[in-house]
Amino acid sequence: MKTALAAFLLGLLFALGLGIAGMTQPAKIIAFLDVTGDWDPSLLLVMASATLVYFLSYRRITKRRAPLLAEKFSLPTARRLDARLLAGSALFGIGWGLSGYCPGPALVALPGLLPNTLVFVVSMLTGMILFKLSEKWLTMAQNKVIS
Amino acid sequence: MEQFTPISATLGGLLIGLAAAGLLLFNGRIAGISGILGGLLDLPRGDMSWRGAFIAGLLAGGLLLLWFYPQALAPSLDGSFVTYAIAGLLVGYGSRLGSGCTSGHGVCGIARLSPRSLAAVAVFMASAMLTVFAMRHLS
Repeated sequence: MKTALAAFLLGLLFALGLGIAGMTQPAKIIAFLDVTGDWDPSLLLVMASATLVYFLSYRRITKRRAPLLAEKFSLPTARRLDARLLAGSALFGIGWGLSGYCPGPALVALPGLLPNTLVFVVSMLTGMILFKLSEKWLTMAQNKVIS
Repeated sequence: MEQFTPISATLGGLLIGLAAAGLLLFNGRIAGISGILGGLLDLPRGDMSWRGAFIAGLLAGGLLLLWFYPQALAPSLDGSFVTYAIAGLLVGYGSRLGSGCTSGHGVCGIARLSPRSLAAVAVFMASAMLTVFAMRHLS
């Protein structure tokens, strides 16, 4: 219960940060990405300040034996720069550039009920489900080849 | 550069960083939205409650913004349904295939100095900038 409450409040804080930063306005994101046009560097400051806070906290927090409300830290373990990482990031970037939405801001913008936001979030969830299905099919096909 | 908003951008970024650090301190988790949301679709797993709660918090934050700072959610960009549908599919599929998005790779990954995240951010920034260039200046 406590873990869920903490996660809820931190999600709320995260959302307020995104909203204040301007990340929930696709026009602002596109203006940042439009480096050859009328460039708006705001997003650079958003990333720099968020990253700085996280950088300063990260080592201090992970020195603890455990988080305050969980048994252990769950941190990424993958190390290899593989084709999946690069291809996935390239596809993600195209979608981000087309819409000005990435996952967090799109969810935060959802209560605004703009038609484009709704279309985006439904397709994003569909894309995530398609990924899951494609993974399943791939392992099934591989198992068939082996057996 | 008339739209440059350095103060709100820095303040918002500080809150994002604090929230992400809080999720690490309290829940021991990386604040990567695509991973948290994607894991929620991975039924059934033991850790649904914190994931669901975090996503609910994002939506609740959106509601608060709608009440107290509606400019944040005002319509800001034209674009067809088709464009947004394709963009959503690419963002959903791509962020799962690439194990992260602007929050997990961007904020947390860069701050952790993860080589994978640094590569991911370089690639998605480049592909997003090229996409905007093609849309704005080639058509």
